[in-house]
Order: sequence, then C-alpha cells, then structure tokens
Amino acid sequence: MSTKDSDRDDARAAAIEEALGGIGQRISEAEAASEVCECKQGMFALAATRRQLFGGAGLVAAVGMTGVLPRTGAAKAPPGAVEYPVPADSTKEQGRMMGEDGGYGSRSQFESDVRWANPTRTASFAPLQNGYGVITPSGLHYERHHGGIPTIDPARHRLVLHGLVDRPMKYSLADLKRFPTVSRTYFMECSGTTGSEIMKAREPTVQRTHGLVSTSEWTGVPLSTLLRQTGLKPGAAWVLAEGADAAVMTRSVPIDKCLSDALVVFAQNGEAIRPEQGYPMRLFLPGWEGNISIKWLRRLEVSDKPNYTREETSKYTDLVTKTGKARMFTFTMEAKSVITFPSGDMKLPGAGFYEITGLAWSGRGKIARVEVSTDSGKNWSLAALQDPVLPICQTRFRFPWIWDGTPAVIQSRATDETGYSQPTHQQLIEERGPLESGSLFYHMNAIQSWAIARDGSVKNVHPLG
Amino acid sequence: MCTRSADRPASHQRIWLLATIVLLVVAAQTGIHAQGYPTRFEFGTPATEQDISAVAIAIPADGAGLPAGSGDYMKGKAVYETQCAACHGTDLMGVAGLPNMPAGTQLRLIGGRGTLASKNPVMTVESYWPHATTLFDYIRRAMPFAAPGSLSADETYAVSAYILTEAQIIDKSMVLDAKTLPLIEMPNRNGFVPDPRPEIFK
Ligand code: HEC
Repeated sequence: MSTKDSDRDDARAAAIEEALGGIGQRISEAEAASEVCECKQGMFALAATRRQLFGGAGLVAAVGMTGVLPRTGAAKAPPGAVEYPVPADSTKEQGRMMGEDGGYGSRSQFESDVRWANPTRTASFAPLQNGYGVITPSGLHYERHHGGIPTIDPARHRLVLHGLVDRPMKYSLADLKRFPTVSRTYFMECSGTTGSEIMKAREPTVQRTHGLVSTSEWTGVPLSTLLRQTGLKPGAAWVLAEGADAAVMTRSVPIDKCLSDALVVFAQNGEAIRPEQGYPMRLFLPGWEGNISIKWLRRLEVSDKPNYTREETSKYTDLVTKTGKARMFTFTMEAKSVITFPSGDMKLPGAGFYEITGLAWSGRGKIARVEVSTDSGKNWSLAALQDPVLPICQTRFRFPWIWDGTPAVIQSRATDETGYSQPTHQQLIEERGPLESGSLFYHMNAIQSWAIARDGSVKNVHPLG
Repeated sequence: MCTRSADRPASHQRIWLLATIVLLVVAAQTGIHAQGYPTRFEFGTPATEQDISAVAIAIPADGAGLPAGSGDYMKGKAVYETQCAACHGTDLMGVAGLPNMPAGTQLRLIGGRGTLASKNPVMTVESYWPHATTLFDYIRRAMPFAAPGSLSADETYAVSAYILTEAQIIDKSMVLDAKTLPLIEMPNRNGFVPDPRPEIFK
C-alpha cells in the first residue's frame, strides 16, 4: 500500500502518541540529553546499550522519527512494561516480590521497541533493527489484518470441516488440543514486504522496509490429521479456508499443501497465539505468503476447484506490467535476506570494528549461504550462519567488518538449498516490468543496500538511483 | 502414519525409526495398528447441516450456492449512495484521505481498462477482477466496511448490479440473480496466468 508523505507525518505523530500511551509532553533531543542524569527516576535509559550507542534506533526509529524524545521524568512505561522507581543503589534495598506482577512478567521499563503501524493501520512492522537471534517476541510479530483484530471467546469458537469429505466435523479448541501436535519454528512473511521499494528507496529503516517478516515457534495439529478424520471424497483438490474476522478472510489452498506440512496452530512461542495472530486458532502454511495462513480459522471447505475469492484475484495476485497479465496463486516466499545492523537511520560512532548481522530466509527450505559485500557488490564474502539452520525459518548471519571511515555500501545476498539466489532490483524489473503505483510489487526479494556516509550515518539506498 | 517421527528432534529420530520398524513388523504379523498414535480419534463432533449452513457463505466462480433473491441498477443505486459512497465515492472513484483507511486509489471500484500493461496500472473491479461472482461474495462477507454482513441478498445483488453497470460491464436493465450473475463476462477474465516462479534471472 503506497503512502503519501502527509499521511506519513500524521502516522508518525499518531505512532508516537500511541507508543507513549497518549500522554505526551515532548521535548527536543538536546533538551532530553541535558536532562540525562543518574538521579532521575523513571527516565528512559540513555545508557550505552547498542541501540542507543548507534542512535536512531529504539523507540525513536520504531516510530520513524528523530528530533524528539519522551520527557524522561514524566514518561509512562513503554508498551509491555511496567514503570517502577529506580533505586539509587539496587544492592541496598530489597527488590520486588515474586508474584507482584500477577504471575505474568513484563519487559524492562527501559526497553521500548514497538511495532510500527502504517498510516492506513492495515499492517504493523516488526523492529528488526533491534532483534537478536531469530525468534520475534510474540508482541512484536508483524501484523496484517483486513478487518481489525476480533475478540473471540474460545469456548464459543468452532472449526468446521466440510465439503468433499466423508464425515463433516467440527472441533473446539479443546478438541484440537487433544490431537497429536507438532511444534515448528517457521518464518512468516507478508507477500507485500519491501514491495514499495522496487523502483526507489522509500522507507528509512529496516523496520519499515523489511518489518513484515517474523519468526515464531508454532504448535498445532497437522491439517492432514484433521482431513484423515473427515476423509476425502474423489475430486478433492482445493480447500477453502475462512476466518472469523470482520473481513471473513478467505483463501483457496491446494490439497497437496493441506496434506503435507500445513498446520492448524493454537500456540506461538510456548503460549496461546496472540489475538492479532489469530487466537484461538489459525492456519499455518509454511513458506507461503502470510495472508493465506488464515487467522481466526472457522471453516475449511474441501472442493474440486479454487473459489477465486477477492483475496486471490483482486488482491495478492502479481500483475506483470511487462505483459499486462497477472500471476495467480503465487504462494511461495522466495529466498531473501537483509542486514539489520548497521541499517537505515543508525549512526556508527566512528571507524573501526563492527559485526555486521542480519537475517536470511527462504520458503523453499534451508538457507545454504549468505554472502556479504561492503563495496557496493563488487566483492562478496561468505557470512557465518548461526546454527541450527532450520528449513523455512529465519537464519541469523554475522560478518566481521573493519570500517575504514570512508563511504561504503553494504549488502547481503542469500542462497537457499535449492540453489536459488536473491536477485537484484534490475533483474526483477526486467522479469516482471516496472511498477510505480496502483499496486504493490508482491514477492519483492531483491538485494537490499545500506549506504554508510563518512559521518557514520546509514541510509537506505537503491541501486537504480 | 509414521510421519510423526519426522517431527521429533534429530536425537530422537533413530529411536523413533527403530520403534516404527518394530511396530510395523508386529502390526504386519498380528494385524493390530502401531501403538500410541491411531489414525482416527474419537473427539470432535459431526458437523450438522445447520452447523455448515451457518458459516458456508462462499460463492465459487460458477455461482453454486448463490441465494434466492434479485436486484437491479435502480435499487442498487440507493443502496450504494447510502451505504458505500462515503468511502468509495459517489463517482465510485474512491475517497482519498479517510482516517485509518487504505489510500483512495485502493477504494476505487471502476475505470482503468487498458492500464494493466503500464507502470501505473489502475486495478479495479472493472479493469482487473476476473469473476462477477467474487463481487457478490466479497460484498456479502466484508462490506459495508463498518457493518459487514448487514445487506440482504436482494441488496447485495442490487449493489453488484449498480457497480457492474457503472463499470460498463452490464446493461442498466439487467436484473441480477443466481442465474444471471455467473453468466457475466468480466473484461479481464483472461488476464491471469499460473505462477511461473522460480524465475531464471539473466
Ligand atoms: C467505511 C468505509 C467503507 C464503506 C462504507 C464501504 N467500503 Fe467497501 N471497502 C472499504 C475498504 C477499507 C476496503 C478494502 C478492504 C481490504 O483491503 O481488505 C473496501 C473494499 C471494497 C471492495 C473491493 C475493492 C477491490 O478492488 O478489491 C468492494 C467491491 C467494496 N469495498 C464494495 C463496497 C460496497 C458495495 C459497499 C456498500 C455496500 C462498501 N464497499 C462500503 C471501505 C468501505
């Protein structure tokens, strides 16, 4: 979804408002800096953690904004945190009692990463620039909904399976949990991720370019198990999946996928899936574009043909402007990678050693290798991959780099176990045609470039200028 | 039924494989099923006709399951003006700048024929949608945005007729119902191709 700059400014203001919980005396960065002293309680930490050291990250980058910081003394705790008084010396008084949090912990009041919601409030982006490892905290997992987040009482929710089956069935959440389950760590990515970046660099941060991808451990029941309960009639070729949200979101899934690795999941990172991820249950189709993993799943109808729903015709089809024809049922998310540190809007404090790090993933299986270039793509060297390298899962890569203080462009290029390598913008445009407006360039997995200026500032740049 | 072994951590896989082989041999000899994981489970409830009809609202391209009722342009114009125009525009061109709403171009419903092979395509019901049945299906499930599912079958047929007429796809006099809607030929019905990826890049 393309956005106008005025929208963006409003959205920035709104995002800040929201991030700060609506209370908002704000002061300039300089004022905030002048207020920094160890004696103030409840202030936002400006200690030398990596995110503050390299500037532009944390809350400020998450809301796409520089120049203001929350007034430290008056700030409420960031979302997901509880504000406590900070003692002068934590060794000289007893800390909080266990259980004071009601039995469910919260993050530190000094941590403020949040999802960034786009101006249209149809998607929110994970703060990849400050992530570690490969798991996205559930509360930071990207979101995309078409009709808001429904509140569903699991006691009343049922999943109905019918159509070309021998025995139509319905299952409650409790029923579902009785089946043998599996847990898998998979990435999920929106088909539109980086789509608006195809023709030029538009977004300032990696959160806003690549933040529509996340990784969780998902637990649920193989859909094949459920379809074994209902049986399949001859001719069964597609399954229509439908959600219980206001969009009654609907997509057709080929039966082969349903009988291979498709899951109906109810847990994410060890607890119930979050409402925004489809509570109480969602479909999960590993390696495929996120929108087809229908959330708030209420119905699966086995059929002999696809339904051609609005979400697989009007939306989520890939117009090839070269020919005027559109690709339909473009499910797979292909190999992709991005450097998350250093990345857009950060500032390196000076020449010297840096560990470049980032994420790579492929819907077709495991990442085989990631190469990094620090000279605009002239030379490429292998990055180290953090093990275990799992199929259809994000893989963390690292690359040691000594920056000599001169301008540099850094890039990463992923290759998966099928031998497929990430293309360039130019190659994608040659293949599918240019796209300025009107739709998103879905399945845009081109090599991302970050330019580091002499002063250490990092910017999103595009190879085509 | 042995697929579960693949879901175990690698260190357990050999044990599972061994166990499975033993069980298969035993099963083959005695005719009993492998221990532990049956293929059929007793839980869940058979879905009744009522359970299914309460949720089975999807209309496939051939129009199977379209409800009784009908509607035409004139009735649809009234529905559109009161229930849709605020977001999609009295001219069906989409209203820009609505708070927390997709951009105006995303709300545009008509126009754009002949623009798909350009770098600024205008993708609408008129220029892009391959099936008229999808319009009925989508409006019934998701529109009007603030009160989805609130239109009657007659109103849904009527507002579909209004949009398709304004899109110059059908004639003002056409009455839409379960029989006539699936027969409409959309301008871009041959505009879609299967996914050719992975692409071979030069
Ligand atoms: C409050 C604003 C609003 C109103 C009123 C509204 N819509 Fe929508 N409409 C939307 C939004 C937002 C979308 C896009 C939803 C999405 O992307 O999932 C949309 C999408 C659509 C689409 C799909 C467009 C496409 O190209 O994919 C159709 C068709 C449509 N609406 C018809 C109607 C009809 C008919 C009515 C009146 C009965 C109506 N709408 C009333 C906001 C509205």
